[in-house]
Amino acid sequence: MIEYALYFAFICFGLGLLFCLYRVVFAPGVSDRVLALDTMTVNMIALIALFGILHDTTMYFEIMLLLAMVGFVSTVAYAKFILRGDVIE
Amino acid sequence: MTMFAEILISVLLVIGGVFGLVGSYGLVKLPDQMTRLHAPTKAATLGVGSVLIASVAWFGFFGEHASWHELLITLFLFMTAPITGLMIAKAHMHLSWRADELPDCGEDRNWATYGDSAERSLLDKDSEDEGTERDLRE
Repeated sequence: MIEYALYFAFICFGLGLLFCLYRVVFAPGVSDRVLALDTMTVNMIALIALFGILHDTTMYFEIMLLLAMVGFVSTVAYAKFILRGDVIE
Repeated sequence: MTMFAEILISVLLVIGGVFGLVGSYGLVKLPDQMTRLHAPTKAATLGVGSVLIASVAWFGFFGEHASWHELLITLFLFMTAPITGLMIAKAHMHLSWRADELPDCGEDRNWATYGDSAERSLLDKDSEDEGTERDLRE
């Protein structure tokens, strides 16, 4: 039963990644692209957690944490770049 | 007990998948940037949160021991999601709205991000007073 739920969640988050990719490619504004990239990192974290359950290993934890931190910092840096034209003033 | 654990983990995984899909679909479906900003918070909190709790429960019931590390990621996402939302909303406001086009915010000051109120904020007022005091002393 867990296996079916796992594959269902894989399909859901994979479709979510495709929606985000569509939004990154066809976006009306640049802040929309940043938002879609941020959502992509969130979906990737969920996918890696699902891989961890599927392969029955806790090795993926560090990857998830690094991805969460890098995604946050890059989103804030890009939003700052849009706002001020410079990341560090 | 095993049956209960399987049902719990399956329900958590299905809830996480549905909310992740809804969050990402809202990013495509919703008409306005400010409403689109609202959609991915579902994926970031409920979607990823329940997947990570399912992971904790999986390793607790079927692995060697429960790994509480996943809760750290949930906590990190809960803390950082509002900050990214604020930054993106500010960027969007400055890109596509002028200060006089925005709806009234109910005070005689303008929206805080448009500098108008920052000129009259308490912080600047204090530093100005300090400056005048220093000038008087000199």
